Amino acid sequence: MVSVCLYFEVHQPFRLRPYSVFDIGKSEEYFDDEKNASIMRKVARKCYLPMNALLLELLARHPQFKASFSITGTALEQMRLYAPDALASFQRLAATGRVELLAETSHHSLSFLYDRDEFAQQVRAHTQQLERLFGQTPSVLRNTELIYGNELGQWAQRAGFSAVLAEGWDPVLGWRSANFVYGAKGAPKVKLLLKNYRLSDDVAFRFSDRGWSEWPLTVDKYASWIDDANGNGHVVNLFMDYETFGEHQWEDTGIFAFMRALPARVLAHPHNAFATVSEAARNDAMDELDFPSYVSWADAERDLSAWIGNGMQQAALDELYRLAPAVREAGDPALLERWRKLTTSDHFYYMCTKWFSDGDVHRYFNPYESPYEAHIAFMNVLHDLALRLNVRLRRKGGTDEARTPRARAFVTQTPSAQLRVARRDDARSGGDRESSTQERSNFINTRSLSERGA
Amino acid sequence: MLGWEFPPYFAGGVGTVCYELTRGLAKRGVEITYLMPHGPSDLARTHVRLLAADKEVELRGITELRVRSLLSPYASREGYARAHGALLRGEATPGGLYGADLLGEMRRFADAAQEIARREQFDIIHAHDWTTIPAALAIKAASGKPLILHVHITEFDKTGGEHADPEVYALEHEGFHRADALIAVSNYVKQRLVERYYVPPEKIRVIHNAVDGSPQRELGSARERIGPGERIVLFLGRVTLQKGPDYFLEAAAKVAPLMPDVRFIVAGTGDMLARMIERAAALGIANRVIFTGFVSREEAERLYAMADLFVMPSVSEPFGIVPLEAMRHGTPVIISKQSGVSEVVRHALKVDFWDVDGLASKIVAALSYSAMHHVLREHTFAEIGSFTWETPATQCQHLYDEVLAW
Repeated sequence: MVSVCLYFEVHQPFRLRPYSVFDIGKSEEYFDDEKNASIMRKVARKCYLPMNALLLELLARHPQFKASFSITGTALEQMRLYAPDALASFQRLAATGRVELLAETSHHSLSFLYDRDEFAQQVRAHTQQLERLFGQTPSVLRNTELIYGNELGQWAQRAGFSAVLAEGWDPVLGWRSANFVYGAKGAPKVKLLLKNYRLSDDVAFRFSDRGWSEWPLTVDKYASWIDDANGNGHVVNLFMDYETFGEHQWEDTGIFAFMRALPARVLAHPHNAFATVSEAARNDAMDELDFPSYVSWADAERDLSAWIGNGMQQAALDELYRLAPAVREAGDPALLERWRKLTTSDHFYYMCTKWFSDGDVHRYFNPYESPYEAHIAFMNVLHDLALRLNVRLRRKGGTDEARTPRARAFVTQTPSAQLRVARRDDARSGGDRESSTQERSNFINTRSLSERGA
Repeated sequence: MLGWEFPPYFAGGVGTVCYELTRGLAKRGVEITYLMPHGPSDLARTHVRLLAADKEVELRGITELRVRSLLSPYASREGYARAHGALLRGEATPGGLYGADLLGEMRRFADAAQEIARREQFDIIHAHDWTTIPAALAIKAASGKPLILHVHITEFDKTGGEHADPEVYALEHEGFHRADALIAVSNYVKQRLVERYYVPPEKIRVIHNAVDGSPQRELGSARERIGPGERIVLFLGRVTLQKGPDYFLEAAAKVAPLMPDVRFIVAGTGDMLARMIERAAALGIANRVIFTGFVSREEAERLYAMADLFVMPSVSEPFGIVPLEAMRHGTPVIISKQSGVSEVVRHALKVDFWDVDGLASKIVAALSYSAMHHVLREHTFAEIGSFTWETPATQCQHLYDEVLAW
């Protein structure tokens, strides 16, 4: 018996406008509302609305058909602002009772790697959003970009989640198959659902690739590969970006027709079924899986290098999270929300240089001309936010200035210099921050961060 | 191949391009006879057969004047007249002069070239820039061989846009239309040729220049300083309208109050220099800007190595090899989007030359965000190492093969 577990990720970031050095202290307009609105409307038109309509049709036609989604808080907010019809159609899907929603961070952030307090708060905020908008309380967790390490499983167990999603990455699996359910190391109550990346990427990446030996991908061919899992698997986890449908694979590739025909063909095999993530997690764990370092679903490397691979990304993340305690204490919900919009992982992804060097920029959408422009806009905005935070804290009074960012004269105080100041402060106050950006990044890659305040 | 200069007998950047390109072509087995208007009687032997027209033929009534011409790649008629005037006043520059009128001199070069071409063996005529157009057309008429014009700059770039000399324009227009194929050193130049000279785009091949990309790490690491803790933003190039020194100063004036430890260097000379010195004073940044005047090759290399940031704010730059030279020292660069070089360099900050706020903002960012400066520097080294003259030489050879097959 094989359960096909379809899981889709829906996310949109709040992209920054080209915020200049001369805007610092003068403009609170961080985000490119026009661009964000137009992209949300385009994606809603090309993907969310037609694909949701298709799924509703399939749910009506096949009582056994099921699917799961995670929809980030930033995507939900953008739908509310710019595409309320898309939000309503997701609500209709959830109301069928056969579409399960997953928990993740409200802002699609890397907070698990940098600040566990923040992570807990963002997951809670997202859960509340789902309860409010969809009347569902999620029981399965997925972290930003499927980033998973042992500590996330342990965190999930303490937070009461039944399962976590992760990449079915061969170096972790070894001889084992992604088509079974596993237990998380150090968290026996938490099941791991692993992405079958071959079958998932056949649809998400290769569907319209004429250079692929299996092109064109017919429903029969694809379903037969799913059928093959019978006898050596319990689940086939097809995890993909929802924009696969209509955005990455355009309508004229036949992707909608493919999906329209797929459920009937899958269900034609007597031992096949569909399952939501929490149903799939009810399968027995075949083994315990050890993820000693973080694995993501990104790129050939499946590591964190797309977000924290270079010095610009690390400096930006360090600076951002250094403000976290103060920005939460400041008691200004609008300021906190704007800071949280900066935690969205896409901002750091735009600073990635690894594809830029290869000239492979077209495959990876970047609203900036270069990773350097992305870094400049982000750092300028962060400086403005730090200035406003300081003003807020001073007004509030009684706050320990040493714990707030040193947003002094912008020019004499470079961010990395500020970083060194902060670290000395931490060392004095017994904090456990690492001593340099370089060390920190190694730390994340090799040992996983020590848990702070979770 | 026709040109007006060739190292070591040269004045400017196009001579270097000719030298490197012919070296690449020679390596690929292409035999080149390189003809230029003038040269000493003992031309050095090199990878090309070098001929100076004034040594090869007896030109009517002028052969006794064995002097260098004022013909140069960047010559404008106005500049030529000015240099001529300087000579007449006795403010002699090296070399001499035998024609007060540049167009007249180009025609005399054409007469000589035509005669020389009759006794030379060749398959293709490859001519560099507008000053060789009359000679190139004369050879084409005499030999019937295909002509490729290599366009490094147009009259529109030299004049900053709208004040093109009608006679120069007419000559360029004639050459561009009568040539069998054109090489543009950038898409930027190609666009000019299409929009301003109405050349059919399919006739134009874009072949970007390159640079000897071996990184100069040692120089870059042993950084000289003017003052302790002081950082340097460098402009290096001719101080003329085309190079945008005024935009550099306007941006410097915006950066200066924010960053008291930054000094700006304007290296080079040109007809706007006096005006720029006055402008710096008027902007209140005279004490923050150093004007070096003319710099030698060696001094230029030292400045690249000293600088924390190089800025090329050109109003119009058909290619612009200078930022690549700065990059060899690992110096991050900000380059004008109105340049050919911005088409090939990835790891640089890019601005529209008129966007003074944008330029100032990027200068501040590049100097303030040290992580970015570091990443830029590392990628700059890696990227510059990937440039080589092999690429344009190969592209040239392919074009030769194509043209010969027509």
